[in-house]
Amino acid sequence: MTVKQLSVFAQNKPGRLSALTGILAENGVNIRAISVADTSDFGILRIIVSDIDKAKEALKDSAVVSQTKVLAVIAEDKPGGMARMMETLYKANISVEYMYSAFLNPSESTACLILRVDNNEGAVAALTEGGFKLLSQEDMANI
Amino acid sequence: MARYWNEEIETMDRESMKALQSERLVKQVRHVYDHVPYYKKLMDDNGVTPDDIKGIDDLHKLPFLSKADLRDNYPDGLLAVPKSECVRIHATSGTTGKRCIAFYTQKDLDIWENCVARAITAAGGTKDDVMHIAYGYGLFTGGLGVHGGSHKVGCLTIPVSSGNTERQIQFMQDLGSTILCCTPSYAAYIGETLEEMGLTPDDIQLKAGIFGAEPWTEEMRQQIEKSLGIKAYDIYGLTETSGPGVAFECECQKGMHINEDNFIAEIINPDTGEVLPDGEKGELVFTSITKEAFPLLRYRTRDICILTREKCACGRTLVKMCKPMGRSDDMLIIKGVNVFPSQIETVLLKDFGATPNYQIVVDRVGNADTFEIKVELSDGMFDDTIRSIEQLEKKLSGDIVQILGIKAKISLVEPKSIPRSEGKAVRVIDKRKLV
Repeated sequence: MTVKQLSVFAQNKPGRLSALTGILAENGVNIRAISVADTSDFGILRIIVSDIDKAKEALKDSAVVSQTKVLAVIAEDKPGGMARMMETLYKANISVEYMYSAFLNPSESTACLILRVDNNEGAVAALTEGGFKLLSQEDMANI
Repeated sequence: MARYWNEEIETMDRESMKALQSERLVKQVRHVYDHVPYYKKLMDDNGVTPDDIKGIDDLHKLPFLSKADLRDNYPDGLLAVPKSECVRIHATSGTTGKRCIAFYTQKDLDIWENCVARAITAAGGTKDDVMHIAYGYGLFTGGLGVHGGSHKVGCLTIPVSSGNTERQIQFMQDLGSTILCCTPSYAAYIGETLEEMGLTPDDIQLKAGIFGAEPWTEEMRQQIEKSLGIKAYDIYGLTETSGPGVAFECECQKGMHINEDNFIAEIINPDTGEVLPDGEKGELVFTSITKEAFPLLRYRTRDICILTREKCACGRTLVKMCKPMGRSDDMLIIKGVNVFPSQIETVLLKDFGATPNYQIVVDRVGNADTFEIKVELSDGMFDDTIRSIEQLEKKLSGDIVQILGIKAKISLVEPKSIPRSEGKAVRVIDKRKLV
């Protein structure tokens, strides 16, 4: 079970994030998770949204967007919750390329993490077997 | 100190020079017609035969050659002697098809080096001088061209080539270099480095510099002269005709004398091809009248220029050309290297599979050129990771170096961020003020 993430290439200049998030706002797209990776010249804005098709359509004229499949995994919001997830992936020989946390959360005692890994299928199997809950694309609109 | 290297030629009266040029031209046209099928066909198509060329006044009857003809004849279609008679090649930068390969017989090298020797002599050089050559050596004509001229004069020649500036200065101090040859921007950089090292012009022995291969301003000359404690001379040339030494500056520093016993210069209207009188601004055209291996007739340099024949205080009667005032094509000279936007397009096409929107931005910071290529990213050109973008930049950067020999800063930018004028992208922004 994976969710679709949009990555937007953004040059480092004032107003870019404002413009991009403004476009999503105008189109009624809710941002469920967001992260910005930066270098000295450019950044990559990564977002998980409530309506991926609408977001893509809205951004297509003003940004370069690429779509990737990532995992939205629920961890326990307590000491060791994260460590257990990483250990599970490590034991299954899965590499995490990057991760960030989402805004949406099914319950108060959990946290939702977005993970990009080198092997989605293997990661899904290992996490499910380890008792972790993964969220679906529909969850992004509904939770 | 001898004032001239070839006094007879350099101070020859106009009529004798015209006679000499005419005699050489007639012979050269016959040589080319008989040995270069491509040019023979050009002449035939234009209804001109070698018999129609009886002297320099008939020069205008000959068809022009341009960069496109050179490209179409890559690598050796314009060669006029058997390859076994050639002893060297030089080449311009560029992709295979765009590169111009110039061939030289031993006699061609002798004549070229003689031309450079005139330039060195005009800059006050004699066999007692120590010639510090910081031009790049290799396919580029700068290094080996000046090197040969320096040998002719009998200077102690230091083939130090470019780069490692502190070592350059060390050599200058230890070996007492008296004349520096390199691009003007590198000369300026050496001047800056000298100061950074806590040294002054008094710590080195330089007295003159012969600088060329890229445009430079009068202000830059004064700055270089001051920072290195020298008199700075301009030198002009192009691989297609030989290399540096086609024209050179004398102590008057007011225009460059063309070695017109070897290269007949004309100024034409770049749009109509009509020959313009002396003093008028137009495109510079050269006819090599002594070259054996690679004799180009009426080659369009694309340099915009003015020729003058007023008497020069140095006593030379050779026609003078001003510093090139621009180009009649889109060629840029960046860090001394000829760059065509189409070369960059080729690289982009190769690396992206399509030509993205791009823009070349050239500027001069201090005395060094900056060279940036902005490329608009489009969908499918990146896959979410910073690594992939950085790899793309690195690949592009490497391919540009491979083709041009110089490094460009690659900036990947967002779509539609490169301004368009009337829907057409502005491909080149040259912020340098060189004219």
